Amino acid sequence: MNVIIVDYNSGNISSVINSFKEVAKNKVNIEVTSDLDKIKLSDKVVLPGQGSFKSCVDALNSISGLVDVLNELVIINKKPLLGICVGLQMFADIGFEDTETKGLGWISGKVSKIDNKNGKFKLPHIGWNQINIVKDSKIFKGIENNSHMYFVHSYEFVPEDKNVVSTTTDYASNIVCSVEKENIFGTQFHPEKSDKTGLKIIDNFINL
Amino acid sequence: MLKNRIIPCLDVKNGRVVKGINFVDLQDAGDPVEQAKIYSDGGADEICFLDITASNENRNTIYDVVEKTSKKCFVPLTVGGGVRSVEDINKLLNCGADKVSINTAAVQNPEVVVESSKKFGSQCIVVAIDAKRNGDKWEIFTHGGRNNTGTDAIEFVKKMEDSGAGELLVTSMDRDGTQVGYDIELMSKISSMVNIPVIASGGVGNLDHLVDGIKLGNASAVLAASIFHYGKHSVKEAKEYLDLKGIPVRI
Repeated sequence: MNVIIVDYNSGNISSVINSFKEVAKNKVNIEVTSDLDKIKLSDKVVLPGQGSFKSCVDALNSISGLVDVLNELVIINKKPLLGICVGLQMFADIGFEDTETKGLGWISGKVSKIDNKNGKFKLPHIGWNQINIVKDSKIFKGIENNSHMYFVHSYEFVPEDKNVVSTTTDYASNIVCSVEKENIFGTQFHPEKSDKTGLKIIDNFINL
Repeated sequence: MLKNRIIPCLDVKNGRVVKGINFVDLQDAGDPVEQAKIYSDGGADEICFLDITASNENRNTIYDVVEKTSKKCFVPLTVGGGVRSVEDINKLLNCGADKVSINTAAVQNPEVVVESSKKFGSQCIVVAIDAKRNGDKWEIFTHGGRNNTGTDAIEFVKKMEDSGAGELLVTSMDRDGTQVGYDIELMSKISSMVNIPVIASGGVGNLDHLVDGIKLGNASAVLAASIFHYGKHSVKEAKEYLDLKGIPVRI
C-alpha cells in the first residue's frame, strides 16, 4: 500500500512525515511528493497544512493540476484522504483568514475566526485540549472519549451539515475538531504531535 | 477544557544539555535526544531546546539534535537560540522543529517576526524575551542576557503580538537559575497586555512555583529546567501536583 503525503509548500511537514513513518514501520510505503502521476496512483492521501487558509490554498493552486488530481482521487475514486489542521479547513467552500478565499468545497461550510469572547480566551488556541466524540469515526477506533489532542489554530471549520462532525472540543465555544464524510477525514488538531493517542489515529487511518 | 502546559527546557551547547546558574557556570546534564525522549514519555506537553551559546559559536550541532529528536518525540518541539533570519527558521522547521523561538533577532530586526509569521504561520513563531527589572519597569536583554537594550519589555511584547508572534516565552533575568520562583509581577503584567499565550520561564525551584506561574502569573504554560534535569521532580509529579491544586493539566 502507498500512502502519499502531499508536499505542496504548505509549511512545516517534517513532523507529519516523521509520525507517519514511525507508525508505518516500513510495512506501508510512505511517500512525500507533489508529483501528480504518483498522487494519482496512491491508495491513501494525507493533506497537511500550516499557516493561513489563503497561503495553503494558494500553494495548492500553484501546482498546476494538483487540485484536479485530488478531486478525481477523492471525489470520484473515493480514496481515503486525511486533512490535518489547515488541510481539514480547506475542505470548506470558503475561508475568511487574511481575505475571503475559496476552498476545495468538499464539505459545505466556512472557516472563520474563533470567537474569543472579547479577549477572554487567548488566540491562537494552543495546547492540549480534550475531544468529545459525538459520532463514531473509523479513525477514532480505540480512542477514548475525552482524550487529549494538541491544537494550534485561530480559525475553525464550521460545516453546514453537523452530521459530518465526529469530535468537538471546548474552547470559548464548541469547536469542530474532526470531520468524517465518506472517504474524507480531517482533524483540526495535530495527530502527529498528540503523543501516543495521535499516533493511534494515524495508525487507524493507515489501516482503513 | 484547554490544559496548562508543562514544558521542560533543555539548554543545549555544542549538542549537549547544560543548565546555567544566572547564565554562567554551566554544568553538563546529558544527551538532549535521550532527555527529550524521557520527558515526552513522562508526559511533557512540549519540549523546548534553547541553543544558549548559538549567538557566538558554530551552531550546526543543533540541527542534528533537532532532527534526531523529532524522529523520537511526538509532542511539539520548540527550538531557539541564535535564530537570526527567516532562513534559519526554515532550516530548523525542516529538521523537525514545530516552533522556533526568536530572541535577539526579534529585538534587532522585528521584520524577521513579521516575515516569518507570514511565511510559516504564527503558530510556529515564538518570541522569547529576557527581561530584567529596572525600577518599576523591565528591560529587554539580548545575546543570551549579555546586552541591555534598554527597551521596555511591556511595550515590546505588544509590538511582537502585532508583528505576528504566536506565543511569548518570557524569562526573568533576575530569577533565572535562582530557584526562588518566577517573577510573577512580570508574567501577569505581560499576560494581561497581550492576547497570545505566555510561557513563564526563569526561577523555578519547586512545584509551588509552577502553580504560582499559572495561578498568579496567568501563564498558559510553565517552562522549567533544573527541577526536572537533576531528578528533583519528574514531569509526572509536577502534573499531579498541579492537578491537586486545581490547575487543569493533561494527565
